[in-house]
Amino acid sequence: MEAVAGEKLKETFLKHIYAIPDGEMIKECQQCGTCSSSCPTASWMDYSPREIIAALRAGMLDRVLKSNTVWLCSSCYSCTVRCPAGIKFTDVMYELKRLGNIYGFVDRSSTTAQMARVFVKTVNRYGRNAEGELMARFFLATNPLAALGQLGLGLRMLLKGRFPLLPHRIKGRKSLKKMIETAQKEV
Amino acid sequence: MIAPSKQAYSYYPGCSLTSTNRAYDISTRNVARVLGVEMIELEDWNCCGATAYTAISEQHSFVLSARNLALAEKDNRDLVTACAGCYLALHKTNKYFAENRKVRQEIRTALQAGGEDYNGGVRVRHFLDVVVNDLGEEVIEQHVVRRFNGLKVAPYYGCQITRPFGEIDDPDFPRCMDNLLRWIGAEPLDYMMSTKCCGGMLMTTKPEVSRELVGGILGEAKRIGADCISTACPLCQMNLEAYQKKVSRQMKTDCSIPVLYFTQLLGITLGLEPEQVALEDNLTSSEPVIAARSE
Repeated sequence: MEAVAGEKLKETFLKHIYAIPDGEMIKECQQCGTCSSSCPTASWMDYSPREIIAALRAGMLDRVLKSNTVWLCSSCYSCTVRCPAGIKFTDVMYELKRLGNIYGFVDRSSTTAQMARVFVKTVNRYGRNAEGELMARFFLATNPLAALGQLGLGLRMLLKGRFPLLPHRIKGRKSLKKMIETAQKEV
Repeated sequence: MIAPSKQAYSYYPGCSLTSTNRAYDISTRNVARVLGVEMIELEDWNCCGATAYTAISEQHSFVLSARNLALAEKDNRDLVTACAGCYLALHKTNKYFAENRKVRQEIRTALQAGGEDYNGGVRVRHFLDVVVNDLGEEVIEQHVVRRFNGLKVAPYYGCQITRPFGEIDDPDFPRCMDNLLRWIGAEPLDYMMSTKCCGGMLMTTKPEVSRELVGGILGEAKRIGADCISTACPLCQMNLEAYQKKVSRQMKTDCSIPVLYFTQLLGITLGLEPEQVALEDNLTSSEPVIAARSE
């Protein structure tokens, strides 16, 4: 992907964000901090939601994207429903996750980003999520030892018949694949 | 207003309800049957995209949800799901399809490439909304055979039913599940954590963060004296029921409390047997709940 920095970076990111539905609303941010105070995970973030918009305006978004911040967004939409300026900040967070992926600014330690990638692979393959395979792929891609901590729960689920062993393939896989490929071209 | 005795909906179970959280699927189908609501499973439905796919590509996520909407449009019925995550993904796609021309065109081009199309004619519904608003108090009370005797319940809505659109109920202070609980003889408690986030997928990817969020939710339910927590989302249910020991250790306080789907609580009062609402699937004990029902 093209190398972008400073002002150019800011322009590029803003262009992407303005392109999502109602993305231009971020121009209305008054830095009141309602988003940060509503956010359940802000206290773990290197930069709070309010600071993200400030960083975006200052052309310092690459720092934010390299931090743990955006991947701590759990998509609870508290910021979105409370923002007095009508900014759909959860949608902005999603766009920031995608921009980090596209431009190579990703927190290397983010296991949530890994989870998103293996999820996409699994769904593309079967048309549905296969939770057993998803977990296996996730722990292999991140920290196989961490799976040990889940053994007890896995066993309890297995005994109750809740452990998903086989994936379900939808019939319309070919048709869905064409749809996905067509949407790809639009990006 | 009494709803007609036989109402038909298209039913979208969602991936999680077919495996790890099948208790929600079983209890939903049986509750619907007893209430005279016909739920016809959408043929060959696919993943809605959920939160994880959206983080990689919004367009693809919209297309995934839209394929389901296109399939449902042929049946000309409301599309009902009990999963809060699926509800939001499908509903959001539907809203953005209606309101945003660019999104609409991208979705239709992609669907057409796969031999489908969508014209925006489907209403996406959550099963809680159907029970409370389409059926309502009178219909529910007609069907209740064993009321709870004042079972104290912490109603937990989670995030994705009322946010971000606030169409079913208020985004921060919803009452619909409270009302339903009252109709079946339970006592919904004033529960300030009812719409606070459980962390969702973070329980797997950032467990130390999610455990603290879950600790707040469980701890407050215990503090106000709840006998159990009622959920309307498979991921919330899993997060709240499966990690109580680890959460208690991290929070340094006892966080163990029964957690049930609202469909299980409702089903019990409709006269369904424990296996018909798959109580044995739960990871917390349902005994206090069973003990609180009248003969």
